[in-house]
Amino acid sequence: MLKFSLDTRRGSFHLEVECAFASDWTVVFGPSGSGKSTLLRLLAGLDRPAHGRIALDTRALTETAIGLHLPPGRRHTALVAQQPALFPHLSVAANVAYGLRSLDRATRAARVDAMLALAGATDLARRRPQDLSGGEAQRVALARALAPAPRLLLLDEPFSALDGSASDALLERLQLWLKENRVQAVMATHDATDALATNAEVLLLREGRQAALGSAAEVLAAERERIALRLKTP
Amino acid sequence: MDWQAFALSLRLATVTTAILLAIAVPLAALLVLGRGRWLAALEALATLPMVLPPTVLGFFLLVLLGPRTAIGRGIAALLGHPLAFSFNGLVVGSVIYSLPFAMQPLVAGFASVDTALVDAARLLGAGPVRLVTSILIPLARRSLLAAIVLSFLHTIGEFGVVLMLGGDIPGATRTLSIVLYNQVENFDYVAANRTAAILLGMSVLALALIYSKAQKRGAPGRA
Repeated sequence: MLKFSLDTRRGSFHLEVECAFASDWTVVFGPSGSGKSTLLRLLAGLDRPAHGRIALDTRALTETAIGLHLPPGRRHTALVAQQPALFPHLSVAANVAYGLRSLDRATRAARVDAMLALAGATDLARRRPQDLSGGEAQRVALARALAPAPRLLLLDEPFSALDGSASDALLERLQLWLKENRVQAVMATHDATDALATNAEVLLLREGRQAALGSAAEVLAAERERIALRLKTP
Repeated sequence: MDWQAFALSLRLATVTTAILLAIAVPLAALLVLGRGRWLAALEALATLPMVLPPTVLGFFLLVLLGPRTAIGRGIAALLGHPLAFSFNGLVVGSVIYSLPFAMQPLVAGFASVDTALVDAARLLGAGPVRLVTSILIPLARRSLLAAIVLSFLHTIGEFGVVLMLGGDIPGATRTLSIVLYNQVENFDYVAANRTAAILLGMSVLALALIYSKAQKRGAPGRA
């Protein structure tokens, strides 16, 4: 279970949210500028909140009251952002292997192959990031993030460059893998169909505040009607 | 041609460049990746030799490393001789004098690396050392080359600090710049022309090396 209570400012933007995600798959839904990416960066440990606490299961990751802030690489947390940020001087396989330095060569190679297969990117292993399309780069970024076996996966609109059917197929494989490996996931999106498709627990964010938390059917009822109406309209 | 001075200049520039790299790479990484107001003060302090007249810097170092200060006396007791008017003293002076020329290209190069790449490496467990060696340096190769070449050439060509701190001792502190100065003072313009041509040739070659590397490698690594 992921629990957090955060209060922080970025310029004029103020994020103040207190939540507990019990579900294996939670969607953070909200319009652009509602604080989704800020929230994910705080959870990943890339930014520090002014005040607050983040705990994954029983382990505190951040607790400002006692000055605790585990660095990003020690939180067992992965973040896949919209921008894949692949290391341009390394091959795809080397990118995926970057976080696996503690493993021996054979285990590392096997893990890289498995992650690339999961992301549907096996045939890209020898390519350079510059030679990949946007969708291919996002697949590799996902494989790289999953390779060190995180316990929490944060996804910030990670499949925006994939077409609908490819995105759905990848999402289905990913959810199955996360369940098998007991990895909790939080996905930020401004696309209601992403949230409704997975029937996830949904946190609705508006201007940095929690507007609702519950099942997708409840929280996004209005969005569902809007989409249905739009589909009916000739 | 004073080959002894030529060899001494090369030795001084090589040792200085090696020491500068060991200092400037972590310093530049700290300035780019670190947080805190004190970093601005640190950068200002490290850049000071760039705007300070070389003779002023040489004078300060001469006094600091001489027998009038506790530091100078301590070093003399440790080494058995004072640092001033010795090759090691020249190395100390050159390192301080050329520090900004090694540090600034590296700061610019490291700062130009996309922060999303740095974040990605940190999320994958990279600590500061791995971040520098596996991400910042490979992606700022041209800046590293610029730092090496500038440090080397700046040391080869330095005059004010060398004269103040080292004087003109053949085989110990007489560098090519001092030789050139002596040749002009003695109205030996033929020899002076040769010495100046060597210094000019080295500079042109080094700059050509930087720019040819930059053209071959394209965008990644540009400062």
